[in-house]
Amino acid sequence: MSIKVRYFSSLKESIGRSEDDLELAGLLTVDLIWRAANPDKALPENCLAAVNMEYVELHSLVKDGDEVAFFPPVTGG
Amino acid sequence: MTIKICAEAFDPWQEIQSYQNSVSAMVGKFGATSIFIGTMRDFNEGDAVKGMTLEHYPGMTEKQLEKIVAEALNRWSVIEVLVVHRVGDILPSEPIVVVAVWTSHRGDAFDASRYIMEALKSKAPFWKKELLKSEAERWVVKNTGGYL
Repeated sequence: MSIKVRYFSSLKESIGRSEDDLELAGLLTVDLIWRAANPDKALPENCLAAVNMEYVELHSLVKDGDEVAFFPPVTGG
Repeated sequence: MTIKICAEAFDPWQEIQSYQNSVSAMVGKFGATSIFIGTMRDFNEGDAVKGMTLEHYPGMTEKQLEKIVAEALNRWSVIEVLVVHRVGDILPSEPIVVVAVWTSHRGDAFDASRYIMEALKSKAPFWKKELLKSEAERWVVKNTGGYL
C-alpha cells in the first residue's frame, strides 16, 4: 500500500525531509510507519501524529492512501 | 462561521468590523461580542526577539479549527465566530490571531471565545520559530499554560 508521510517544524529540520512516499505491505500502525521511514531514529517522545489530518494514537492502524504526519507539540496562537 | 489563515499582515479591527458588517443575518441579534487578539512580543524567555516564522499544516490546521469552532457552537449559544490566524514571517507588534465571538449574552461570548482560543493553542497545528536579536533561531517548544 502507498502511504505519504509528512513532517513539520523542528522534526522536519532534524530529519532533513518534509515528506516520504512509502510502499509497504501488511498490517501497519502509525508507529510502524515511522520506523519504516526512519529506521535509525526513534520518534521523539512528545511528538504528535495525525492520519488524514486527524490526531491519532501511535498504535492506530493505517490504510492504503493515508497521509500520516508527525510533528512536535503545537505552538500557535 | 469563518476561519481564515493569512500569509500577510492584517488589521484585526478591520477584519472584525468588516466581518460583522458582512453577516446581515446577525444584525440586531447579538448583544455581546468577545474579542481576543494575540500579538507578537519582542521578547520571550528573557531574550529579545526580532522576528518569527509561523509554520502550519495546510488542510489540517483549517480542519482542526473547524472542529474547535463546531464544538464551541455545540456547547454555547453562539451567533457568529470569526477566527483569523497569521502564518509566515511576522514582526513584533503584528497580530498573530483573532478570535471574535458574537452572542446574545455576555456569558456565552466570554466562555466560547476562551474555549476556542485555548483549544487553538493546544490542537491547531501551528509552530513558531523565533529569530532572536542575537541572530540565533529557535523553535518555541511549548505554549504557556492555559485553562483547558
